[in-house]
Amino acid sequence: MQKLSFIAKRLVKAVFVLLAIVVLNFFLIRAAPGDPAQVMAGEAGAADEIFIAQLREQFGLDRPLHEQLLIYVGGIVTLDMGYSYRQQQPVADLIFDRLPATLILTGTAFVISILLGVLLGALAAARVGKWTDSLITVVALVFYATPLFWIALMAILLFSVQLGWLPGFGMESVGAGYSGFQRVLDVLQHLVLPATTLGLFFMAIYARLTRASMLEVMDMDFVKTARAKGLPPGRITRVHVLRNAILPVITLAGIQAGQLVGGAVLTETVFAWPGIGRLMFDALLQRDYNLLLGVFFVSSAMVILFNLVTDVVYTLVDPRIELK
Amino acid sequence: MSKAAMGDAPLLQVEDLSISLPPGAERPLAVEKISFELARNEILCVVGESGSGKSMSANAIMGLLPRPHVHPVAGAIRFEGRDLLQLSEVELRDLRGSRIGMIFQEPMTALNPLMRIGEQISEVFDAHGLLTKRERKARVVELLREVGLPDPETLGESYPFRLSGGQRQRVMIAMALALEPAILIADEPTTALDVTTQAQILQLIKSLQERHHMAVMFITHDFGVVAEIADRVAVMQFGKIVEMGPARKVLNDPQHDYTRRLIAAVPHFEPPDRRSLEGPPLLSVKSLEKTYVTERGLFTAGRRVPAAQAVSFDIKKGETLGLVGESGSGKSTVGRCIVRLLESDSGEIRFGEIDLARLKGRALRPHRRHVQMIFQDPYASLNPRSKVGTIVAEGPMAHGTDRATAMARAAELLRLVGLDATAAERFPHEFSGGQRQRIGIARALALDPELLVADEPVSALDVSVQAQVLELLAEIKQRLQLSMLFITHDLRVAAQICDNIAVMKLGRIVEYGPTRRVFKDPQHSYTRELLSAVPGRHWSIPEVSVEAERQAVRS
Amino acid sequence: MSTAAASPRSAQAQAFRDFWKRFARNKGAVVGVVILLAVVVLAAVAPLIYPQSPWSMVQRPFLPPLAVDGFLFGTDTLGRDIGAGLVHGARISLLVGIVSTVVALTIGVTIGALAGYYGGLLDDALMRFTEFFQTIPNFALAIVLVAIFQPSITSVIVAIGIVSWPPVARLVRGEFLSLRSREFVQASVVLGQSNLQIITRQILPNTLSPVIVMASLMIAQAILLESSLSFLGLGDPNTMSWGYMIGAARTVIRQAWWMSFFPGVAILLTVLALNLVGEGLNDALNPRLARKGR
Repeated sequence: MQKLSFIAKRLVKAVFVLLAIVVLNFFLIRAAPGDPAQVMAGEAGAADEIFIAQLREQFGLDRPLHEQLLIYVGGIVTLDMGYSYRQQQPVADLIFDRLPATLILTGTAFVISILLGVLLGALAAARVGKWTDSLITVVALVFYATPLFWIALMAILLFSVQLGWLPGFGMESVGAGYSGFQRVLDVLQHLVLPATTLGLFFMAIYARLTRASMLEVMDMDFVKTARAKGLPPGRITRVHVLRNAILPVITLAGIQAGQLVGGAVLTETVFAWPGIGRLMFDALLQRDYNLLLGVFFVSSAMVILFNLVTDVVYTLVDPRIELK
Repeated sequence: MSKAAMGDAPLLQVEDLSISLPPGAERPLAVEKISFELARNEILCVVGESGSGKSMSANAIMGLLPRPHVHPVAGAIRFEGRDLLQLSEVELRDLRGSRIGMIFQEPMTALNPLMRIGEQISEVFDAHGLLTKRERKARVVELLREVGLPDPETLGESYPFRLSGGQRQRVMIAMALALEPAILIADEPTTALDVTTQAQILQLIKSLQERHHMAVMFITHDFGVVAEIADRVAVMQFGKIVEMGPARKVLNDPQHDYTRRLIAAVPHFEPPDRRSLEGPPLLSVKSLEKTYVTERGLFTAGRRVPAAQAVSFDIKKGETLGLVGESGSGKSTVGRCIVRLLESDSGEIRFGEIDLARLKGRALRPHRRHVQMIFQDPYASLNPRSKVGTIVAEGPMAHGTDRATAMARAAELLRLVGLDATAAERFPHEFSGGQRQRIGIARALALDPELLVADEPVSALDVSVQAQVLELLAEIKQRLQLSMLFITHDLRVAAQICDNIAVMKLGRIVEYGPTRRVFKDPQHSYTRELLSAVPGRHWSIPEVSVEAERQAVRS
Repeated sequence: MSTAAASPRSAQAQAFRDFWKRFARNKGAVVGVVILLAVVVLAAVAPLIYPQSPWSMVQRPFLPPLAVDGFLFGTDTLGRDIGAGLVHGARISLLVGIVSTVVALTIGVTIGALAGYYGGLLDDALMRFTEFFQTIPNFALAIVLVAIFQPSITSVIVAIGIVSWPPVARLVRGEFLSLRSREFVQASVVLGQSNLQIITRQILPNTLSPVIVMASLMIAQAILLESSLSFLGLGDPNTMSWGYMIGAARTVIRQAWWMSFFPGVAILLTVLALNLVGEGLNDALNPRLARKGR
């Protein structure tokens, strides 16, 4: 039951962090140079007087700061993130339209990166000092140093332009009118390049961490105990080493979730993937701050949710959680 | 004790075994041409100081050396008609856990933290493809019961973190015994345990050995433990066996000079007669209280652990008071409250006119010089990035002495503790453990304190070095007329250097009086338990003449 | 244990030789140093080899590499020399990488040291604050910060600094916590040293090695972040940077691969070199990972 209380604690904390992000958003708008109403409306000239006045009214911009804050927080709590003047739509609608595409992309990339990363890291650790280890280490090192957007461009150049194997643009074929299973296949085809490029960078991180963590665990006393029992090496690696070595990987997965969202902005921009990352890029181009901060808030919320999931996974793997 | 004569051929024969060390180590071979035999139904103690190669020999038998740099380069290990050094990894694996079992020094880390106790034991059967699932379960319970663990059914379902050190070591023993091996190798299995737990584990190993007619190879650094359980003894130094023979012979009539030195360094269990000290107390502790409160969370109440309850004692000028007890007894907490590393909850720490417990922050700092501390770990107690001279001079400088004077004083003190003048210009890592402890003593003396609080100052040191550091402390105390609060878990050491003794248990002083009285006529049942747990207490250490004793003085 | 007292200077030289020996044992690290030195030299002499501004149009647009003498890397969509962009871009990458890391270190070390040394409520408060910043998706925050405060070198540096300090704070706090309970620190408390003396003389010097290692890796990450920001058009509009070059060439990738290929290789090499150096420093400064033989 201590596990439940641990999770409950994390839940409460998550709510506080979300609130803090809302407050941060609030102050960011006001910290920007210029009139907050202008900032919310977007780049000067885009907004007309009536709209500005409307914004002033809605957010109580003539009232004291703490009242403004209350109005703003109240808005977010009811999922009202304001109106995008440039796109002529409420920010919330825009974001929730695009959210599924981002979830598909980041979810796939996450699964690819963690499975491949742990596998390669474990393989390298098991063959430490041999050529397999060197190869994996070098590959991980290179991917870790490669800018995501550049890998994405190069992938398009190679697999889409040169070889013509995979589509390098959008989420489905325009005007093909597929439905049902065919449509799923089509989306999957479009998913391969963006998900892989996004996953590779993170795969490198997980592979490096898994390798280091496994090597550390291999030096621990209980591994020697396992050998003294006469267990075969394969079993020692799987049951004793890997299970312990995976703990820091889970922790890192939680921390990396934020990076994954950041990576999605770049990947979606390059591949024209219609998710919230692309939306953020559009908002940037148009200086649509309301939309920008909306995407920022939603992506933070996603990360917090994901952190919660990793916390739960951690409690399932580590019995000592109640000591923390 | 003539069990060794029972067996016909020896069970295990180690012949001219040599083990290499990685290039760049202090010597080329960890173990050099050692030969010994292990007979059925006997306990062989391999004894030596750190770095003597005793653990390496044990690991070589199991095939558990940290390859590739450390591996056997010559010799043979014969067991049941085969040379273990010639076996393939697969053949060795068959023997491990089934014919030869092993237990280790650190029970806290020797079990997989993520796996239930029962699973970890039944893995042994799994590894050797024995028994059905149900049989394994029953056998696990049986084993846990045999090693004396309470409620074995539930315990098998627990994770290691719920068990104490002693309990974990019992689990390790159960695991090693699961397949009734012919040989049990125990690598310092009680070193990390408290003295009463140690006594129980030693008793357990001995009774299991007798019941199962096992051969036990027991690695230890402690001659008390040797006296407690050994049938035969092998003494190792620098990778060689320097003396081997029946326990009684080696313990009471050691031949080799090194053995003699080691035995001469073991403190006697019998406290000497001491004159009682007169005069007013220098330090007077009254009803000291300290409770640790673990962090309170949003949903969990903080746990309260009382570490000192109504602790009162006096120390007179020139007196050494021993604060003895097991881990968790609160003895270190009391010491730390007195040097004000910890804030006590209530009570007085009266030093002359002032109550140290009441002073805080800036007001406290000038008074710190009266009470100084000597720490346990010679490797952690000196700043690795400071030169030794600076380390010693820092105290006076913090109290306003100018650098030149402080450095001159530091050089003087380093000489006083037996180090040469160049020491001041060197860094801590250039010194051995014993030398570092001397530097720690010099640092404490630099402020001309009247009271020293010594927290287990010799327990991290090898026995021969330990004797020298104790000698130095006694000499300095005498010369400078210091008082000392000596915190220790080692009753032998306490017997030799303390005028009075306070025995602590669970934060309370349960017995307090002159050392000789407490040892001869203990009043509290816990004191009696502690005293009877001291390993080798019935062994009266022979008065051996030690030649060339000065040889090791620099260590 | 020689008793010969070496003079302090030769002792320092010896210490450096030992350090270099451990460092050079990692061959990758030596390769890293060589690449890094090359990048630094190119950045330093950029105005000498390409005296003209990298923004000036010097040839016809869409010139492939090696098509015209003196244009090794070709030209971009507006006829600007890509070679000039590469060397001038090195300056901005290194500048942003180093200065933003200094910013992050300043924030992180201060917060980590205070939290780890004083503990208690202060620690709690500072760590909640740190966790908060660690939870926020850091690239997204950097985008928002730069967008709102208008792209410029300063805003990019500050934004990268603000999103990069939490790991430093956690590392330094951890080191302080463990060092705080080490006996040599307790000894200086008992000796009567002040908190400031203890922090600066006893603890801080002992946290230096892991912080240096982390700093070298942070510069690498900062360069990646900077290039990502300028790729999205959030770089300083007056400076040529690698990320901007790729971003500008993105739409013509099908016709002119070289415009985005070479700047990417430049980023890859620089970041890789820094990571390699970081690993070498780790081997040389934290030798505890070396095999312990007992």
